[in-house]
Amino acid sequence: MAVFKLLRQSPWSARCGIAIVLLNIAAAILAPVVAPYGETEIVGDVWVSMSGDHLLGTDHLGRDLFTRLLYGARNTIAIAFITTMLSFVVGTVCGFFAATLKGWVDQLLSRMVDILMAFPTLIFALMALSVVGTSIGALILVIALLDSTRVYRLSRAVAMDIAVMEYVEAARLRGEKTWWLMRQEILPNAMPPLVAEFGLRFCFVFLFIAALSFLGLGIQPPMADWGGMVRENSGAITFGIFIPLWPAGAIAFLTVGVNLIVDWFLHVASGLKD
Amino acid sequence: MNTILSLVLKRLAFGLVTIIVISVLIFIGVEALPGDLTEAILGQSALPETIAAFRKELKLDLPPHIRYFAWLGDIMRGNLGNSLANGRPIADLVGWRFANTLFLASSAAVIAVPFAIMLGILAALYRNSLFDRAISIATLSTISFPEFFVAYILVALLSVKLVVFPSISNINDGMAFWEKIHAIVLPCLTLTLVVVAHMMRQTRAAIINILASAFIEMAHLKGIKRLRVIVVHAFPNALSPVINVVALNLAYLVVGVVIVEVVFVYPGLGQLLVDSVSKRDLPVVQASCLIFAVIYIGLNLLADVLSIISNPRMRNPR
Repeated sequence: MAVFKLLRQSPWSARCGIAIVLLNIAAAILAPVVAPYGETEIVGDVWVSMSGDHLLGTDHLGRDLFTRLLYGARNTIAIAFITTMLSFVVGTVCGFFAATLKGWVDQLLSRMVDILMAFPTLIFALMALSVVGTSIGALILVIALLDSTRVYRLSRAVAMDIAVMEYVEAARLRGEKTWWLMRQEILPNAMPPLVAEFGLRFCFVFLFIAALSFLGLGIQPPMADWGGMVRENSGAITFGIFIPLWPAGAIAFLTVGVNLIVDWFLHVASGLKD
Repeated sequence: MNTILSLVLKRLAFGLVTIIVISVLIFIGVEALPGDLTEAILGQSALPETIAAFRKELKLDLPPHIRYFAWLGDIMRGNLGNSLANGRPIADLVGWRFANTLFLASSAAVIAVPFAIMLGILAALYRNSLFDRAISIATLSTISFPEFFVAYILVALLSVKLVVFPSISNINDGMAFWEKIHAIVLPCLTLTLVVVAHMMRQTRAAIINILASAFIEMAHLKGIKRLRVIVVHAFPNALSPVINVVALNLAYLVVGVVIVEVVFVYPGLGQLLVDSVSKRDLPVVQASCLIFAVIYIGLNLLADVLSIISNPRMRNPR
């Protein structure tokens, strides 16, 4: 019920954001039902303009662009979501461990993260992918590892504040194990900043995967994904055909949506009233 | 003064350690490759004798730590090795492309930095006004856009609809300076748009942070004029975060350049890196990654050192 009350009070910007995200999720889940053609089905000529048969025209191989966009939503969002989840699991577990155990664990993890963060993410990812190859599993692991450094920083800082509270001290004194402390005492109290961070990290990961796919090093064809679709069709733009703008716009659209929600969430969580 | 010096030295030492660790990581990355370089070059059907001879030639038969120092020593002397794809010395491939990348990134920086700081200060001064809100919404959406979206919108508008700038920025040494500038207008504009948004938001936040502190309120209460408060009291204190913001974004620019170079087929280091990754031309990847990393770490280091030096509290310790 509290959720509905919060939603009723939400500003228009957050409602737009929620609508955008829901629309994208619906597209991702319902892709096989809604899409008029198959994901890799060639249905017509190359770069046909918009018509009743092809809502947004066709791509560089004559596949229906609308269908590809729907399936692209499915692949791109799912992979970005799994990556963000993985990065959060690794980042928060390490961050909480560092904050509860302190000492050399904290030192070791923090210095490792310092060094990883001193290195540009894109360059690191390019190097790692050139070594392990560009499979989806490798993509998810590499990006999740790189992104978990940011999650680590935040979750460690948040958990540091919580770990010195009396109730954690009390739990420690009655002999609870570290894992129990992390799950039962620290995690519930660290949730609000972590949820907001999840939105931001998702945006970052999503844009990052799109960028890698755009460079031809992310999700590989013939799987539909938005970054790759921009790359495949980029030649069209010099002929005055604006097909690459659709998938690129879809990426921007979803990111703006998530950012709007995060903005509102941060505003609510910080307790500011204006 | 000593505290500053020791802080700066500490930062420099950390930067050096980071660069060394990164170089080890880059080196190990290639080591971890299943099979090794010989297989990548000669193919899997090569005879054992050929492989052994080739391994000796590439010094792959030596233990890893010796090869690491030999590799590092070669790089220090400017010898980056040869490309696997075409056998040419990497220094030849990298040199002029790197100059092109610096040309593009610095042109973007020259426009973006003053523009972003000005906007940031204005937005902070007139915060919560219509002007501030408009800028804030505009920058929030630019941040959400992938670089290539901004790039293709610019191409669609300025290169296809109004035929003013080329959509492919091919530059070479034969071109005059203004011809080069004309060729890089679109990539430069894309980078500027992306960086200005970040830089402006951070500058605004930094200055608002300073304006909220007690000594600014004190200055206001003493009846000092608004302009004087900003120039004499707020600005020296905001300088340190602002310098930090600028340097961090320049570092971001160096990396953002990779995607923009690919969009505009600009002959730069980023383009070379992406090509080499897809060809798995590892020595070239190693060399370009190392160059990007050193620049990125160097700029971050510069940010730290400058912000330590420009902080009035650090300069005048009690």
